[in-house]
Amino acid sequence: MNSEPATPAEDFQIHPLSGAAARPGRQLSAPLSAELAATLAAAPAGAASVRAVDLRVPLLEKNDILAERNRGYFLGRGLAALNLVSSPGAGKTTLLERTLDEFGRQTRCAVVVGDLETDNDGMRLHRPHAPVAQITTGGTCHLDASMIARGVESLDLDGVKVLFIENVGNLVCPASFDLGERVRVVLLSTTEGEDKPLKYPPIFKSADLVLLTKVDVADALGFRRDVAVANIQRIAPQARLIQLSTRSGEGIAEWYDFLRGLLPSR
Amino acid sequence: MESAIDAVLHQARVHQAQRVHRIVLRIGTLAGVEPDALRFAFDVVTHGTVAAGAELAIESVPAQARCATCAADFTITTGFIATCPRCGQLSGDLRSGRELELARIEMS
Repeated sequence: MNSEPATPAEDFQIHPLSGAAARPGRQLSAPLSAELAATLAAAPAGAASVRAVDLRVPLLEKNDILAERNRGYFLGRGLAALNLVSSPGAGKTTLLERTLDEFGRQTRCAVVVGDLETDNDGMRLHRPHAPVAQITTGGTCHLDASMIARGVESLDLDGVKVLFIENVGNLVCPASFDLGERVRVVLLSTTEGEDKPLKYPPIFKSADLVLLTKVDVADALGFRRDVAVANIQRIAPQARLIQLSTRSGEGIAEWYDFLRGLLPSR
Repeated sequence: MESAIDAVLHQARVHQAQRVHRIVLRIGTLAGVEPDALRFAFDVVTHGTVAAGAELAIESVPAQARCATCAADFTITTGFIATCPRCGQLSGDLRSGRELELARIEMS
């Protein structure tokens, strides 16, 4: 990626004030006011150089800008990007393997997969008909927009309609990092607790689609699907919900229908 | 926190400030950021910079959601579960509460 400094967001605002000419609503803090008064007393009229700057800089500004750049790039290519997030072991890679083998045969798909170490997942997902890039973050607990830009740059995206981004297994940090995806998919497996959405709400709050995975073993595990569904709907009423099992195939057709719905209609 | 300090130091350079006295952050109640953790990190990352010793103020931004049924905004007081106080409907239409912004810098 390029190393140019982040440019301010569009709603970036800056209102430099000089000296004591603070307008209403921009009062100086007490320590600064005192210092300002002292400076004014000591200096010739109007020579003080204390400033208060009001602005609205998003703290993840650089990532947000790069994410928007990614979004524009994907849009320009007619590519639907999905960011798959879950705890480790919820079944992201297994679902993608099956998706590439079935859905990926009709519709060209690509994958960018992130882990702390190893290219195990990239090797599992590798298919002659699907470009796959593995990102190893070397310890970072999430993918960010610049990693995606670099990952995508390394792939031949000719004819690719769907890009799956398999995030690092983590239910906390990826919530804060927009990658430029069109759909954020959060997976919850039946081997986890029904109350996961209540315990890790930010990520579920940001979901466009929630996949309840491994439903074939729910009964054996004593996992109450109705309770999990109710919890998901309480935290994420905005999200579509699909219950599926990659192994038994339940719900898989619904997942493919969802993916087809993202493709540009011709 | 590093991104906050990067932004502060950038503004300090732009304004040729010698010292940063006060920094105001605006943090939404649903931003997933713990103010105490921020304060702790603040001292560490400002050490040795023009912002060392600056006061850190954190303005909390209440989370608001829009109820589709009532066509009105309401403040979410029940954590991440946005239930409309008028009709009891759940809302997924978050209007504020995820802010994570540098709002103001005072410097000289």
